[in-house]
Amino acid sequence: MSMLMERKMTVENDKHVKKSSNSHRIVYDTKDLNLWYSNTHALKDINLAINEKEVTAIIGPSGCGKSTYIKTLNRMVELVPGVRTTGSITYKNKNILDKSFKVEDLRTQVGMVFQKANPFPKSIYENIAYGPKIHGIRNKKVLDEIVETSLRGAYIWDEVKDRLNENAYGLSGGQQQRLCIARCLAIQPDVILMDEPTSALDPKSTLKIEELAQELKKDYSIIIVTHNMQQAARISDKTAFFLNGEVIEFDDTNTIFTNPADNRTEDYISGRFG
Amino acid sequence: MAKNSDSKTNNAVNVSEMIVQNKKKKSMSNLMEKLVPSFLFLLASITVLTTIGILYTLLLEAIQFFKAVPIWEFFTTTELKPLSQDPQFGVLPLISGTLISTVIAMIVAGPIGLMSAIYLSEYASDKVRKVFKPLLEILAGIPTIVYGFFAFTFVTPLIRTFWPELGATNILSPGLVMGVMIIPMIASLSEDAMNSVPNSIREGSLAMGATRLETTFKVVIPAAFSGIIASFVLGISRAIGETMIVTIASGSSKNFTFDITQSMQTMTAYIVEVSGGEAPAGSTIYYSLYAVALTLFVFTLIMNLLARYVSRKFREEY
Repeated sequence: MSMLMERKMTVENDKHVKKSSNSHRIVYDTKDLNLWYSNTHALKDINLAINEKEVTAIIGPSGCGKSTYIKTLNRMVELVPGVRTTGSITYKNKNILDKSFKVEDLRTQVGMVFQKANPFPKSIYENIAYGPKIHGIRNKKVLDEIVETSLRGAYIWDEVKDRLNENAYGLSGGQQQRLCIARCLAIQPDVILMDEPTSALDPKSTLKIEELAQELKKDYSIIIVTHNMQQAARISDKTAFFLNGEVIEFDDTNTIFTNPADNRTEDYISGRFG
Repeated sequence: MAKNSDSKTNNAVNVSEMIVQNKKKKSMSNLMEKLVPSFLFLLASITVLTTIGILYTLLLEAIQFFKAVPIWEFFTTTELKPLSQDPQFGVLPLISGTLISTVIAMIVAGPIGLMSAIYLSEYASDKVRKVFKPLLEILAGIPTIVYGFFAFTFVTPLIRTFWPELGATNILSPGLVMGVMIIPMIASLSEDAMNSVPNSIREGSLAMGATRLETTFKVVIPAAFSGIIASFVLGISRAIGETMIVTIASGSSKNFTFDITQSMQTMTAYIVEVSGGEAPAGSTIYYSLYAVALTLFVFTLIMNLLARYVSRKFREEY
């Protein structure tokens, strides 16, 4: 009995410790990041410290490098031939741009949701079970449980629970995108990167995804690229404004939208360009 | 300039007026609109009519054959001696020859073709692909008689240096060479199938921490499965129907055996041999050609139906 209590207490203690350090912990620390696509200088001297368990929005006009930046955070940008980077991005005390850093490990801890929903051409169940399976989880019971919790976590369980074995392509666009979020949750990452996740969705589905992002920040650090400034204002804690491959301003979302320090930020958010 | 001042807009030409003018000349093109589809239908019918015609001839002559040799005897007798005093017409030796050469060919072409496709589609850079694919297509363009000659004068002697039991004519080396011939077909068609899998799906898998290999085998290949199966079936059909290589390199012994070191005859090679002159029209041996051809036709038909069924059943739509 006493042992049990003791254990419980230590668990609570751990929780407490984690909680207290939450507010200031940095998940991604980017220092002097430069990136080139062959000869195009796409990111210029980026310095950003992104907090854990917050929603960080990245806004800016098309071609400003915001998608490139978010893809650098899980090194998906390397799929483009001829990409070069300098500088560092520290994630959990390690520079992820270091060649010795195993990219698969990084992507296991950092999930990504893409601009266009990209479920696998498999059943809904297999879509969610895919991640756990490639990481060695084979037990059917465990997988069943993961599938259910992940789908519940993305608030899509009630809509799909009766057709888990049907092809994911039978779902609507908004459902597909939430399925992709559930797919991310299935491997319990620390960070979820969202690259314009609602740009192809109707307002109702967009609202659902926004609510979901709010909900998920309790457990995950979320970095979201968006074209939609209202969206950034609604859901994010911090906002970075990118322009021509540079960070113009990075601050609390409130400050950015009510009292920006830079004229260009003000021009952009008030719709004068972009 | 004059036109410009006529029209109220700034347009250099008055398009709507020109369209009205042209409409008056439309009667000729209306006729074409009606005639062309009929003409196209006629051309498209040629293939269908030819198939029906061939099938009709085959059936008609094969029935003549089965009047002389009962159908069950044809499919159960293991002896094929069309020219002997007491002729025997069992198709089993030909079926065994055909199946064995096809199996050997597919053992070579299946894995190598698929692996080449995986390399080209998932790993090769654009530069490598641009060099490789045309090269593959050159391999596909070599006349089969060259392959046959190659099997007989090069591959067989080569294998015999370390496997002396192999006959001078045998089913092994034409099978192997047929496999090499089919590789480009399987590689090229499978590569097309895998290439048409959208990149976003690959990215989805890689972003979950899957390796390239896992992505290839667990996402890309299942998504391209129906195309890959189709390429295999086309390969098998090609092997079943292949004639020249086996005729040259496997000889004409009508052995019912599964010993790959021996000479065997395939259905196609039998047709070549018999239609080569020894068969007087109207004789049983002449009609046997049609019976064998019909069997061959049924084989490839079954393959095609099977392919349709399999690729539909395992299709992952995207």
